[in-house]
Amino acid sequence: MSFRIPIGPYHPALEEPYKLELVCDGETVRDAVMHVGFNFRGIEYLAERRNYLQGITLVERVCGICSNVHSLSFCQSVEQLNGATPPERALYIRVILAELERLHSHFLWSGVAAKLIGFKTVFMTCFTLREKVMDALSAISGNRVNYGMNRIGGVNRDIADPQAVLNILGEMEHGITSAIIPIFLEDRTVASRCKGVGILTNAQAKAMGAVGPLARASGVPQDIRKAAPYAAYERFEFNVPVETDGDVRARLVVHALEMIESCRILRQALSTLPEGPFHTTPPTAARFKVPAGTAISRVEAPRGEVVYQITSNGTETPERVRVRTPTFMNMATVRFTVLGQELGDSPLIQASCDPCYSCTDR
Amino acid sequence: MSILKQLMHKCRRKSPWLFHLNTGSCNGCDIELVTCLSPRYDVEQLGIHLEGSPRHADILCITGPVTRNTLEAVKTVYSQVCEPKAVVALGSCPASCNVFAGSPVIEGPLSKHIPVDVYVPGCPPHPDAIINGIARAAEILASRGVPEKAKGEPQK
Repeated sequence: MSFRIPIGPYHPALEEPYKLELVCDGETVRDAVMHVGFNFRGIEYLAERRNYLQGITLVERVCGICSNVHSLSFCQSVEQLNGATPPERALYIRVILAELERLHSHFLWSGVAAKLIGFKTVFMTCFTLREKVMDALSAISGNRVNYGMNRIGGVNRDIADPQAVLNILGEMEHGITSAIIPIFLEDRTVASRCKGVGILTNAQAKAMGAVGPLARASGVPQDIRKAAPYAAYERFEFNVPVETDGDVRARLVVHALEMIESCRILRQALSTLPEGPFHTTPPTAARFKVPAGTAISRVEAPRGEVVYQITSNGTETPERVRVRTPTFMNMATVRFTVLGQELGDSPLIQASCDPCYSCTDR
Repeated sequence: MSILKQLMHKCRRKSPWLFHLNTGSCNGCDIELVTCLSPRYDVEQLGIHLEGSPRHADILCITGPVTRNTLEAVKTVYSQVCEPKAVVALGSCPASCNVFAGSPVIEGPLSKHIPVDVYVPGCPPHPDAIINGIARAAEILASRGVPEKAKGEPQK
């Protein structure tokens, strides 16, 4: 006999409000239904009623975990329309911010995954290391979460002392290679808990348009940083880790290896930070009025591809701001990954696609 | 006050249990609250414990600008927290709706719906500020736990 188990919208296993209804046969999950929309704040509606400078502050609050990505792609779209090209130093600083954000998001994800696996020591280790990223972020931007770094035509703050950030990076890298990598890649306990759990096949990942680390763990080598480089990414050497198993363990491995790659990019960017101004100041009128047209900007967020489409009608407020977030693509995969799995594994499986419903609902 | 009541009173002040309610927040305040549990801030050494059920909690920590879909949940969860209780509004969103003010789907600020004891300002507040806010709420909670006739006695 099958029965339905409602989980959420407020449940200790869920980080955010959303509702998951699992149809179970005994302990085996047969189907999953997801209800979202609890975080709907009408951000797209509000963005069409505010000017571009207010828009940056607004879209930064789409998500508190990947806030920089949203303001970055918003600014990139507007820059395409009004032609305010950011100077070289600004592009480097944007990359540094984006990679620090990826690190902190991946630490957060690893911590939550470790907690759901039942390995609380790793949760604490991840959050201790994450504090180092937060130190670097607050040293650069003055804030721990919403950085307020991007502006149309550059960034708001300079990195005055790259060496200080490099020092923090060294400690972080040591932590990742000595603690996170051995546990996620080699530890037998973690492997036995995750191997073969929540498999998303390559064909399913492609059919549902999965993005980000979830797709890369299923053998889809897709990364906007390589495929359509933005900011200064084409100047750096880095690999895109791809695994083919598609299970939770593959996702752990992809996240862990991506942290190492982020450190590599950060090291290159911080040691070759070009001299010069960090923003261009367009004339006051041009800062508020954006020429008519449509621009699309794609950015690789920690969770995958973020797309911003801004349509301007030549006035001070955008006519349309459309946001497509990675979780919008990834949450559909949960229905297929929990199929036939143990009920007890379902929190881990749904968390392993790294969902962010405040991005998705907006 | 009986010995049991004195003990209860002291425990309430020394070990507040939290229930965290996200009412459409951007996750910024939520991750800062989780950070408080991490080794650097480690609120558990102060007796603060994040609890999974509102019925076991003393302090309700609310983040987010109260979206229409979460309004009923806010009222329900508030009624489920046992007396005496205190409410902490984390961040600018529950206090003023922050940047989301003017959106037709936002039902905030929070004080329109339930009484708020402590506001922790910031977008998002620093973990130190969150801990300070919770400590204040614990004091408010302790003062509420004192029976009427014992209120004149000096608190230990």
